[in-house]
Amino acid sequence: MLVLARKLNESIFVGDSVEISIVEIKGDQVKLGIKAPASVKVYRSEVYTAIQEENRHAARSNPVKLPQLPGLFKGDS
Amino acid sequence: MKIETKPFGLIEIDERQVMSFPQGILGFEQHQQWALLDSTQPPFYWLQSLSDPSLAFVLISPSYFRPDYDPDLSAEDRAVLGTGEVDDILQFAIVTIPEDQNNMTANLQGPILINRKLHRGKQGIQTDPRWKVRHRVVDELASLGVR
Repeated sequence: MLVLARKLNESIFVGDSVEISIVEIKGDQVKLGIKAPASVKVYRSEVYTAIQEENRHAARSNPVKLPQLPGLFKGDS
Repeated sequence: MKIETKPFGLIEIDERQVMSFPQGILGFEQHQQWALLDSTQPPFYWLQSLSDPSLAFVLISPSYFRPDYDPDLSAEDRAVLGTGEVDDILQFAIVTIPEDQNNMTANLQGPILINRKLHRGKQGIQTDPRWKVRHRVVDELASLGVR
């Protein structure tokens, strides 16, 4: 991991098109401003962790029979 | 080809059902070969790991209960899946099915994306706040007016 120290209003580039700036520092909270093209996803790491955890949860489920859902043509197919 | 599966035991599949996930799936990055299987109960499918017979996910097509679902693909999604026609990309949500199946939930924040022409797949990450990791399928179906 590359660690860089920045002061308020300073910024960092990640690649050619992503710029991250320190917008505000209040107590132990740092507000980051992120400029990135729409094709680059920016999200909190908690989202990543939540998906990982949900995947693990889903992998453990052991349905003996899958649910029957309404709204389908009820037939043998 | 024959494969060992969690839901069906040993079965015969067509190699066209095999999907390559170069990055695996979140939490299961080492599993890079998967088979997409029909289930005995539409609209569900199974995504079966080819490296571990006991690892398989139940999938559902999100449009079934959320017709407004429209995940967008990031540059990284396209780098893995390939750019092709929009129709080439299939989207599925991983379903978690607890003891009480009415509490079944689907993950719309981390859709399984598959390019059915190139047989490549990836788990995407959606940043739109409408999409969560646990959507209660039965409740959302009910609010669609489907009985």
